[in-house]
Amino acid sequence: MTNPPYDVIIGLEVHVQLRTNTKLFCRCSTEFGNPPNTQTCPVCLGLPGALPVMNRKAYELSVKTALALNCNIPNFTKWDRKQYYYPDLPKGYQISQFDLPMSENGYLAISSPDGEFEDKNVGIIRAHLEEDAGKSMHDEAQGLADTRIDLNRTGTPLLEIVSEPDMRSAEEARAYLQELRLLLTYLDVSDCNMQEGSLRVDANVNLHVHTETDEKIATPIVEVKNMNSFRAVERALHYEVKRQYEIWQETGNRIGDVPKQTRGWDDNAQLTRAQREKEESSDYRYFPDPDLVPVTITNEQVEAFQQQIPELPAALREKLVDEFSLTPYTADVIVNQGPEVVAYFQSLAEHTGDAKQSGNWVQGEVLRVLKEEDWELSEFPISAEGLADLLKAIQQGELNNSRGKEVFSEMLSAGTSAADAMAALGIEKVDDSALEDLCREIVMANPKVISDVQSGNEKAVGALIGQAKQKNPNVNPGQVRQICLDIINAL
Amino acid sequence: MSLSKEDVQRVSLLARLKLSDDELTTMTEQLGQIVSYIDKLSELDTEGVKPMAHALDLTNALVDDEPHESLPREKALQNAPRSDDECFRVPAVLGE
Repeated sequence: MTNPPYDVIIGLEVHVQLRTNTKLFCRCSTEFGNPPNTQTCPVCLGLPGALPVMNRKAYELSVKTALALNCNIPNFTKWDRKQYYYPDLPKGYQISQFDLPMSENGYLAISSPDGEFEDKNVGIIRAHLEEDAGKSMHDEAQGLADTRIDLNRTGTPLLEIVSEPDMRSAEEARAYLQELRLLLTYLDVSDCNMQEGSLRVDANVNLHVHTETDEKIATPIVEVKNMNSFRAVERALHYEVKRQYEIWQETGNRIGDVPKQTRGWDDNAQLTRAQREKEESSDYRYFPDPDLVPVTITNEQVEAFQQQIPELPAALREKLVDEFSLTPYTADVIVNQGPEVVAYFQSLAEHTGDAKQSGNWVQGEVLRVLKEEDWELSEFPISAEGLADLLKAIQQGELNNSRGKEVFSEMLSAGTSAADAMAALGIEKVDDSALEDLCREIVMANPKVISDVQSGNEKAVGALIGQAKQKNPNVNPGQVRQICLDIINAL
Repeated sequence: MSLSKEDVQRVSLLARLKLSDDELTTMTEQLGQIVSYIDKLSELDTEGVKPMAHALDLTNALVDDEPHESLPREKALQNAPRSDDECFRVPAVLGE
């Protein structure tokens, strides 16, 4: 697209299900996939007289996440009731946070290794801790005009992370989501499974249209829901931008001219549709929940949480470039695989003493196998030490890189050490004097090559390498080339 | 401050209560009295006073993340106006 006559303005609201064993305000299990309504109690059913009690772990995970998002953690926070009637919300209100959230004013840095956009910090307005609603299922199968409600999920802790409208394209939005998910993975605060609803994304999008007089006119904001993958988010945003520009051209509506609209993404039809507004119910009438007492945290406690935060993706990428001399691209690939792969690489680099070689092997062979086999790193059968033995053998010229890959395959399929795999493939280091003898024999048998090389065509020596390999598959082509040239030049 | 009929109508809509015209009149008067009574509070000068988050001077009531047993499903469903073996059943929720 060449400079469209508008800027795209995107803000994202992400709901992350925190990795706790129990719900936010009761001790029902949060385990996914159990039969409907087997994880409920008077608290999460909203029965009269039941009292919520805050889950300490949920609060702690929220603080850690907020700190990793560079948020300020206020010393005092409280919970409020957000009133609305919906059948999956049995109390008639959601316990959320209104004016005093547990964190605010952070940012997340995003970058594009292939230069799709410029590096930037996306502001985080706030991250607050709230409870999830239940699940509604429309029962079409039984032909009844009924909705069935499963309250297992009701009360599950969610961290709602609200960004500033700082993203200027669908690509930036995707990068933000990928970086956020990666960060959450490193923090180990959520499993981030979009299919199971552990990570949900709503987008607020509108345009700033440029006029001929160089004004920028904001169009009405649309909230897009129902996006079940990052790819869906990207597509929905592309669609929505195009749609909004068309609407702008048709109606000229500015922000405030029409109420904020909510649209749902239909992934099959690849378009957004207007959702029925929750009409008059949008008057949430927040007030402090009298059933819950506020939570306070001292600066020392915040500092203690800060200490618990592991190395995060942005810092690790820098470290792999600065301390391990990887290219930014390789560092990005490795870090994006998660903390286990980074640890594997670091261990490999330590054992081999060659970070570049280790990076190439992790990025190339190890990640290829993980992808092909659909393995987690924990399922990968070759330890960093085991792979290091192979890489050291390559460094020492016992075999070349392409033979190394054959050994790697043998180690994988036979589950053996590098030494055993090399033995099984008949790879032995060729004795130096034997190699010299072999080269001399071949050189002498090829007078044409000798004269070609002597007349300046060093490439002619390539023909000898093939012959040497035929006689002994273990020879190192680079070594053969050099020895043959030395022999010819000394003639 | 007194309440208008429209105020009460709106509140009843938010609370999903269907009131007859007579009930609306009664409610407007009764709720109006309650609101006027509460309104006495605004006679106090609260300039510079921080809003109170909770009536108790208590913070940090947190518990450990240890699962307890949940209710048996038939117990969970027993008060529902309508249910089947597994789920609560409610009038169709459309549009989402």
